[in-house]
Amino acid sequence: MTTVSTRPAPPAARAAVVRRRARRTPATWWRGGGAHTLVFLLPVLVIFGLFSWWPIVRSLVMSFQKTNLVTPAQWVGLANFEYVLHDPLLAVAVKNTLWFALLALVIGYPVPLLAAVLMSEVRRLKGLYSALAYLPVVVPPVVAVLLWKVFYDASPTGVFNTVLGWVGLGPFPWLQDQSTAMPSLVLAATWAGAGGTVIIYLAALLSVPPELYDAAEVDGAGIWRKVWHVTLPQLRGVLFITLILQVIGTAQVFLEPYLFTGGGPANSTVTVLLLIYRYAFENSLGGNYGAATALSLMLAVVLALFSALYFRLTRSWSA
Amino acid sequence: MAERLAPPTRRRRPAAAPDRGAVSAADWRRPGVRITLSVTHVLLLVVLVVAGLGPMLLLAKFAVTPTQDILSSPMAVFPNGVRWENLGQAWNEVQVSRYFLNTVWLALGSWASQMVVATSGGYVLSVLRPRYGKVVEGMVLATMFIPAVVLLVPLYLTILDPPLLGRSLINSFWSVWLPAGASAFNVLLVRRFFDNLPREVFEAARVDGAGPYRLFWSVVLPMSKPILGVVSVFAVIASWKDFLWPLLVLKDPAIQPLSVRLPAIAGSTDLGVFLAALAIATLIPLALFLLFQRTFLSSAGLGGAVKG
Repeated sequence: MTTVSTRPAPPAARAAVVRRRARRTPATWWRGGGAHTLVFLLPVLVIFGLFSWWPIVRSLVMSFQKTNLVTPAQWVGLANFEYVLHDPLLAVAVKNTLWFALLALVIGYPVPLLAAVLMSEVRRLKGLYSALAYLPVVVPPVVAVLLWKVFYDASPTGVFNTVLGWVGLGPFPWLQDQSTAMPSLVLAATWAGAGGTVIIYLAALLSVPPELYDAAEVDGAGIWRKVWHVTLPQLRGVLFITLILQVIGTAQVFLEPYLFTGGGPANSTVTVLLLIYRYAFENSLGGNYGAATALSLMLAVVLALFSALYFRLTRSWSA
Repeated sequence: MAERLAPPTRRRRPAAAPDRGAVSAADWRRPGVRITLSVTHVLLLVVLVVAGLGPMLLLAKFAVTPTQDILSSPMAVFPNGVRWENLGQAWNEVQVSRYFLNTVWLALGSWASQMVVATSGGYVLSVLRPRYGKVVEGMVLATMFIPAVVLLVPLYLTILDPPLLGRSLINSFWSVWLPAGASAFNVLLVRRFFDNLPREVFEAARVDGAGPYRLFWSVVLPMSKPILGVVSVFAVIASWKDFLWPLLVLKDPAIQPLSVRLPAIAGSTDLGVFLAALAIATLIPLALFLLFQRTFLSSAGLGGAVKG
């Protein structure tokens, strides 16, 4: 559709366009319906302006200011950044966030891929498989966390400890112990998120050209070789994207540490976002908004590099 | 991914080409392959039932189980009978009914705000196409690169003291509704769909004397039901899931949604009743999923993009 209007016009017509452009006045703008266009644009301008563009600019400003909402904001240079970088909790939070991301990669990344490749070969009840896989995604995250918190009950009669007890394992302390708390959070997060990724992979698997499989068969490839040499390379693009999305998502993990453990035990699950939250909203003396925005910005810069990569990949992948 | 939703490109391959994966029909005829695959698929189904359905069934069971039984023998099937009162107590005494209604209101308002912004914005960028459209589109697109965490504090301060308005929006549903509309993803999704609508119809409508409002309301919107459905489902689900933002801006427990109230009442509520509350909170998203399964599953790829 769009190619019709962008087709190069003959020279005469182009000259006419140039001449018309030269004669544009507020009157022609008004008669051309420019005011109506603005009316339609108003929601975007107001909503994005107030709740997206302005806060983005403001965060840049605020990270160099000291704000307590009572006295006017003061410029403090890089003091906020210094404060954050000297906070002993920052190193802990970064380490925990990286640990969460790493565990999520090891536990959570291969599971949906394996499930999707297997599911794509299902002949009957395919819909049932995908619906079951997607079901956990439907549960509101808060409900999922609170439910899993009950499952993680550390007593021998907790749900997971009971089930593992049947095969002679446990009881495990789950959220109560520094070493098992983080893996427990990752396990719950993986359960809650894997279904969405499975569906993404299933859609990508559908768009693998069948001729490639036919060609591989002519060359005598077995099933494993077809999966390894045709399916996985064809999923390359989408695998990259889900990887980057997962990194961006796990770098901003908040809900699980906040609701499961509140950062404990002994700060073993304090993540960067939890630290930002604490700076801004958990101080009884009033929020340290400067430090919170400074840390947000630092995280954003790191994530922006990932986002830029992500966007470039989606462009080349969807083309 | 978005163009897969657009009607003209819905099917990428000609209908004649059979859907096939790595396993060919010839492979299927070999007994070894057939048995291995069938066993794997049955196992996969068992795993999916246990992992996907299991926790939900447990939740449903716990919702009507006495607290003592949940604590002492969680996997036993109603050793001391069913306690239906859990549900009633959760609904009335714990006031889940009120928080449920708050959640519905928040979802409806967020839906409306997202619809207005996404459709009008998409209409400008795709159909009206003013000269400055590229600039606006670039600025909308740019917000997709900003992680949500950057907005948290400055957006909170904006809600505390919004420009021009003169009064704080804290403790008002507007503080959730309005920011929900600023979804670049929705605008671009709708815009892409509008791009694929046939221009001839717009021209015909214009020739018949339809102005920009008539064209929007009577031509573009009715032709865009599929994408409006997708945006609606995402909007309601996203609002139902939202936790941190309503936690920050809705301080008054009387207007908080379920996602904020449930963690708050966890410590002070009888476990059985609390789990009944959790079950109730899951009902609406579950019902939406069962009703619009096709929309969910065919566009979950987009949902994946939203999550990031």
